[in-house]
Amino acid sequence: MILNYALDFAFLCFGLGLAMNLYRIFRAPGVTDRILALDTMVINVLALLILYGIRTRSGVNFEAALLFAMTGFVSTVAYCKFVLRGDIIE
Amino acid sequence: MDQIVEYLLAALLVIGGLFAIVGSFGLLKLPTMMQRLHAPTKATTVGVGSALIASMSYFWYFEGTLSWHELMITLFLFLTAPITANFIAKAQLHRAINKEDLPPTGVGKEWATYDPEVTAVSPVLLNDRDPG
Repeated sequence: MILNYALDFAFLCFGLGLAMNLYRIFRAPGVTDRILALDTMVINVLALLILYGIRTRSGVNFEAALLFAMTGFVSTVAYCKFVLRGDIIE
Repeated sequence: MDQIVEYLLAALLVIGGLFAIVGSFGLLKLPTMMQRLHAPTKATTVGVGSALIASMSYFWYFEGTLSWHELMITLFLFLTAPITANFIAKAQLHRAINKEDLPPTGVGKEWATYDPEVTAVSPVLLNDRDPG
């Protein structure tokens, strides 16, 4: 019973964090801030997927979450490499 | 017993949500880029790790299935968060920060990311300066 309220609260927190990251992507002082906001968005979406898995009591979302974590990490590193060197695979 | 486990899981979820919101809020509010780097890479990672542990305990206790996916995701996130932070800091060092403004390293060499000895090394397969 209380678990449902806690789930609602966690959904709210991660969703608000996602909205803040989206604002940071639109209004950022530099490109590194945008990379950081994108990386945080990936982590927040991953948490939302996990919470949705608890809410629906199914374990299908975990593979999606794992793939999301991997692609998020690789894309952040590739973006940083592009900003640093102008090329991703040299 | 069910009640105690439920309260523990609720506490984990609430703590995770609070950490996540602190991380995202710090990304908006902190003054400089190097300070903003701290909030998402540490607080948000702890928050999502807490939610993942809550999910694993929930499925273990209430559904009777112990799945290792959450533990793998947690491990992966905790391993990759410092790497992304390092890369973003490096990009920031080369884009927006003057080399002269950095504090001294305290050893004979300068900062490794500006060291020409380190950055000029070509990949091993293409290295023709040192045969054998």
